[in-house]
Amino acid sequence: MPRLKAGELSRISFELNGRTVSGYAEPRMLLADFLRHEVGATGTHVGCEHGVCGACTLRLDGAAIRSCLTFAVQTNGRHVETVECLAAEDGTLSRLQAAFRRHHALQCGFCTPGILMSLEDFLGRHPSPGEQEVREMLSGHLCRCTGYSGIVRAVMEVVAESESGDA
Amino acid sequence: MKPAPFDFVSPDSLEEALAVLAETGEDARILAGGQTLTPMLNMRLVEPAVLIDISRLQTLDYVRRENGHIELGAAATQAALEAWPDLPACAPLLAQALPHVGHFQTRNRGTVCGSLAFADPSAELPLCLALLEGEVVLQSSARRRVVKAADFQLGMLSTARESDEMIIAARFPVAEAGTGYAFTEMALRHGDFALAAMAVMARKGSLRIAVGGVADRPVARDYPADLGGDALDDALNDLAWDLAAADDHHATARYRRELVRRLGRKTVEEALACRA
Ligand code: FES
Ligand code: FES
Repeated sequence: MPRLKAGELSRISFELNGRTVSGYAEPRMLLADFLRHEVGATGTHVGCEHGVCGACTLRLDGAAIRSCLTFAVQTNGRHVETVECLAAEDGTLSRLQAAFRRHHALQCGFCTPGILMSLEDFLGRHPSPGEQEVREMLSGHLCRCTGYSGIVRAVMEVVAESESGDA
Repeated sequence: MKPAPFDFVSPDSLEEALAVLAETGEDARILAGGQTLTPMLNMRLVEPAVLIDISRLQTLDYVRRENGHIELGAAATQAALEAWPDLPACAPLLAQALPHVGHFQTRNRGTVCGSLAFADPSAELPLCLALLEGEVVLQSSARRRVVKAADFQLGMLSTARESDEMIIAARFPVAEAGTGYAFTEMALRHGDFALAAMAVMARKGSLRIAVGGVADRPVARDYPADLGGDALDDALNDLAWDLAAADDHHATARYRRELVRRLGRKTVEEALACRA
């Protein structure tokens, strides 16, 4: 059975947004820190480090999770998706990102990557949520700038577009 | 806010996990979903020497109906239970309570057994286990025992689990026909810890009421089925006082007693309506 010693570096390798990345981490290194400091993928933000603020949310094998509550060593061989995967290569924003911009759903942008990655999972499971459900989903994220209204508007617009087959 | 160093063990089987636990005892912690343990590690409230990661043990990752119970293995996430197709029919109480457990992003990893293991007095799943009189299966290298909910949670963050034991499964009794179930809670924000949470089971011949978030553990009591009107108010008032609520920075004891009285009545009414 694999046993990693405290303080000892081990090699971590997983698929990040469709390409393989690797680096070294000791067992206690959080996935969020591994991404930011070892891989250099700084789109994922770190706020509270105890699962409350939602800034560090990303998708692990498709499910939105807190990367501050997951250890890098647990992600070996798995699929990680972060906010960096949303816009096209040429910088064209995803529909949700574009709606965020239109509706002033971000100001400083600190909370935004986490919210977008939660929504990727959430809207996949609930393609036609009501506003109340969207607000409940957002209770897992803290935004200190926008007051959430713009975020709710942006999400509801994208939902309405998809419902009218405008996608 | 980074964890203190620890060894990280990834056992390939339950037996291996239990062997490490037997040899390390109190210095080891089981890591399942990590949604409570990791914050505690990050804040250095706990500094175990060894983490035993059971999250990828397939044999512990199941939700199934068996012998009148819904049984969940130690690696089964709250999200897996929420998505279990039979949930609304087999366990309407859990179906109502689960959306209140943390946030969907934490339910994606957090496990049901993990929540029971931490025994937070305001947590929803221990409250449901107490109301339904479920049980917990504890196993060590040497023995296996099944402990009833009432004997399992002993107080604030404290359970009957010995340091060489692991919760390998939790069992919630399947809903009885002709019985109404209801769950309500009051929290500052959706997903926050409950200031008070109530769960009620209305059978034909009896009423069972459980309260979480007020005493140091969930408390459940049985009443006659015809308890109504003033008698119900009196019963809830007595219950509210018996819980010995304390003031904290979220709410006063008096406010919590009022929640027990008001949420209690509302939850009883809902359970009775579901039974009808
Ligand atoms: S940094 Fe992970 S939830 Fe706040
Ligand atoms: S945009 Fe600044 S915290 Fe949300």
